[in-house]
Amino acid sequence: MGSGTGIGRVRGLGSARHGSMHWWRQRVTAVGNLLLATWFVVSLFRLPSYEHAAIVQWIGSPIVAVPLILMTISVFYHLRLGLQVIMEDYVHEEAGKVIFVLLLNFYAIAGAALAIFSILKIAFGGVPA
Amino acid sequence: MSRNPGRPLSPHLTIWKWGPHMVVSILHRATGAGMAIAAGLGFIWWLVAAASGPEAYATFLMVATSWFGYLLAIGLTWAFFQHMFSALRHFVMDVGAGYELKTNKMGAVATMIGAVVVTLAIWGPILFRLAGGAK
Repeated sequence: MGSGTGIGRVRGLGSARHGSMHWWRQRVTAVGNLLLATWFVVSLFRLPSYEHAAIVQWIGSPIVAVPLILMTISVFYHLRLGLQVIMEDYVHEEAGKVIFVLLLNFYAIAGAALAIFSILKIAFGGVPA
Repeated sequence: MSRNPGRPLSPHLTIWKWGPHMVVSILHRATGAGMAIAAGLGFIWWLVAAASGPEAYATFLMVATSWFGYLLAIGLTWAFFQHMFSALRHFVMDVGAGYELKTNKMGAVATMIGAVVVTLAIWGPILFRLAGGAK
């Protein structure tokens, strides 16, 4: 064990003790998903029309846009945590694990950003219906 | 070395048989990963297309209402409910309940039956209407 750099001091000491936080956030976002995704799926099946104008009008309403944004955050956070565990379990080389988790973070953050920006653009009237 | 076959074996990695609890466990991961990619990308595409205008949205709608789109939607509906029911079972086990062998097995089987039943209940009438409309 080194005594100089920070990484030298912690290398080989085991986990960073962030596991319980990961576990807890998985549960918190799971409850968020349970409420928000159920609302979303039920609403989706009940929509009278899936045409562009109808969808833009639906998403533009505050009581739809806000839960939709919250669901996006909850779902993409949850899938980031879940897929990370899967990668940690099944990707055995350290380098591959780092690359996969890096790509996962990019996917989750970029995906959520694209979705939220699109919802906001529609909600703020940026899309002519 | 002789061994009395009546005596219990110690747990061994290569000696096991499939049980409902294992199926539900791997289904939870498979449906989670499947939704994370397929439903995740579909959700992003749907919103970006809607925000981009009627033409981009028309392309999305064309794919979404093709036979492949319906097949994917039915599969994702099942995955959604399988993952959800399995998660509810996880919440119960998180508080330390439901570990008795019989209860655990029944819970595992219930998630699988529930997911298929709900998927059929949702898509049965839709597909029936679509088939009727096509005639």
